[in-house]
Amino acid sequence: MRTMFGIGFGSWWKEQQLHRRRNGLSLGGTIIRFVLLLIFALFFGLPLLWLVLAPTKNENQLYNLGSISFGSWGRIGEAWDHLLGFNNAAILSWITNSIFYTISAVILSVIIVVPVGYVLATMRFPGRGLILTLTLITMIVPGSALVLPLFMELSLVNLVDTPWAVILPTAFFPFGVYLAFIFYATSLPTDLLSAAKVDGCNEWKLFQQIALPLAVPLLGLLAFLSFNANWNNFFLPFVMLNQDTMYNLPVGLATLAGVTPALHPELAQTASPMVKGDLALVGLIMSLPVALVFIFAQRFIVSGSLAGSIKE
Amino acid sequence: MEKSARFTGVTKPDEVTRPPRKFVRYLAAYLFSLPYLILMLAFGIGPAIYALIISFTSYKNGRPQYFGAGLSNYSKAVSDFRFGSAIGNIAQYLIISIPVGIFGVISIALLLHARQGRYTDFLRTLYFVPGAVAGPTAILLAIFMFDPRLSPFAPLLKAFGFQTITDVARIQNLPVMITLIGFFSGTGGWVAIFYGALQGVSRELLEAALIDGCSAFQLAIHIKLPMIYRYVVFMFILTFAGHIQLFAEPLILNDISAGNTIAGPTYSPNMLSYFLAFSEGNFGAAAVISLLMVLVGLLGAFIIIYGTKFYKTDATVAS
Repeated sequence: MRTMFGIGFGSWWKEQQLHRRRNGLSLGGTIIRFVLLLIFALFFGLPLLWLVLAPTKNENQLYNLGSISFGSWGRIGEAWDHLLGFNNAAILSWITNSIFYTISAVILSVIIVVPVGYVLATMRFPGRGLILTLTLITMIVPGSALVLPLFMELSLVNLVDTPWAVILPTAFFPFGVYLAFIFYATSLPTDLLSAAKVDGCNEWKLFQQIALPLAVPLLGLLAFLSFNANWNNFFLPFVMLNQDTMYNLPVGLATLAGVTPALHPELAQTASPMVKGDLALVGLIMSLPVALVFIFAQRFIVSGSLAGSIKE
Repeated sequence: MEKSARFTGVTKPDEVTRPPRKFVRYLAAYLFSLPYLILMLAFGIGPAIYALIISFTSYKNGRPQYFGAGLSNYSKAVSDFRFGSAIGNIAQYLIISIPVGIFGVISIALLLHARQGRYTDFLRTLYFVPGAVAGPTAILLAIFMFDPRLSPFAPLLKAFGFQTITDVARIQNLPVMITLIGFFSGTGGWVAIFYGALQGVSRELLEAALIDGCSAFQLAIHIKLPMIYRYVVFMFILTFAGHIQLFAEPLILNDISAGNTIAGPTYSPNMLSYFLAFSEGNFGAAAVISLLMVLVGLLGAFIIIYGTKFYKTDATVAS
């Protein structure tokens, strides 16, 4: 056994050494790298683990069971019941609103964005440069800079406190236009276009029968990016919506945090007090769908969002 | 990318000789873009212009008197004592968050890239996933992570002398706290971008340097870093323009204890603008501050577009 271990370990060690040298890493460098990466892994991993486990624990267990530990499955149901008890199950309308606002924004933005990207990439027409420049500018200026001016503008036309105040501004998706433009400019076979034109295809048919079917991966990326941005949107709905039945999940969660004794001990006298595990459950409901897409489509998302930039 | 650049500016002869078709083609282009242009006008350019108008407007009995205020909204906003402290707070936050963010992203990307394999792929994903925990969830999670009685980081917090959440949640700690929140959910995406850029560094170049006796550290500092320098500039501008918009974090951190006691209602410029508009009804001064924020964003946009040439706009498919 001893010799077998010796041989096994020896050859493993040699292989590692070879691998290290091939990357120019010394033994010390390898250790430092390992330790640093581990520290970062703890920084990013522990809060995630805590968030996943927190809904399984009651208030007492959260404080006394150890921060990374499992309570019970039953506690998740209790947390959900607590949430339903808040403001006549407001949580249900927040979830429905979140889905409704987000899906509407995704569908509208994708429908609007793809044809623009297509014509920008395939045609030269007066005003094309201006549209592209304005697209770049509006995609770089952070959306939050415009939230208050948007409120003033929309209150002028009485749209404040309606779903449109949240959906329409987010259907404006300049980064999506840019991605669609780059996609068509780099991956549309020119021969195909000219052949179709010779065959008497008009512009609409060209787009509908050739360009659109090509764009399936693009549509997926656009839908995901738009979904992610709108699903987590806080500032805009916070400013635009007044009635709490119209909130989306992020604004609802912030409301819960503000009015429940979970964070304010002096409010603990309420009949069925909201506790930290309940809040964590809302957070988990919000982030789990996005996290799953992140894990399974990481490569796709990253290469897509990078597609815009020029490589040297 | 090169393929498309080659075709730039190609015009087919029949385009010149047959004007009616050209007109139809232009019409198609405008019809395809029309919905987008309407949205851009309404929600991209419109609000900025409207804010500009409001910034010169005064109100009498709730009725706007356009351009009736002259420059008084500007002088009111700038001389407001809360304006100075909001700018001071945001400056403090930027001074901490931007270097920490950039240094962290560069270090992680270089560390991961130093030796690639299954473990680094796993770590890259682990660092990326917190991006899904965004907005209020991340802030709420942070409130729990900063509580020494709840947090898995309790030993660390206690080592710094924090025993309860009220020890941590002080206004002077806010820049660091908000930096950590942003770092938690924002780093993975940037790491992925930088890592992608590092994959573009030629393998032969790296191997040649290794044969010449370069260590992994020297390789990272002298060869890889200069290669991704453009991305650093890009990240600097985007994070500067983004972080200056600070709003949700201090607002929700106020909830740690009852009443706006930690950050207060006017901690950042955007919070002050919100407060001026909704608590004091002073839309003119609020518009001035919003315009200032838009201006910073515009400045960043112009530097990126014309200074770094990070995005290209001249590509077309020949048609």
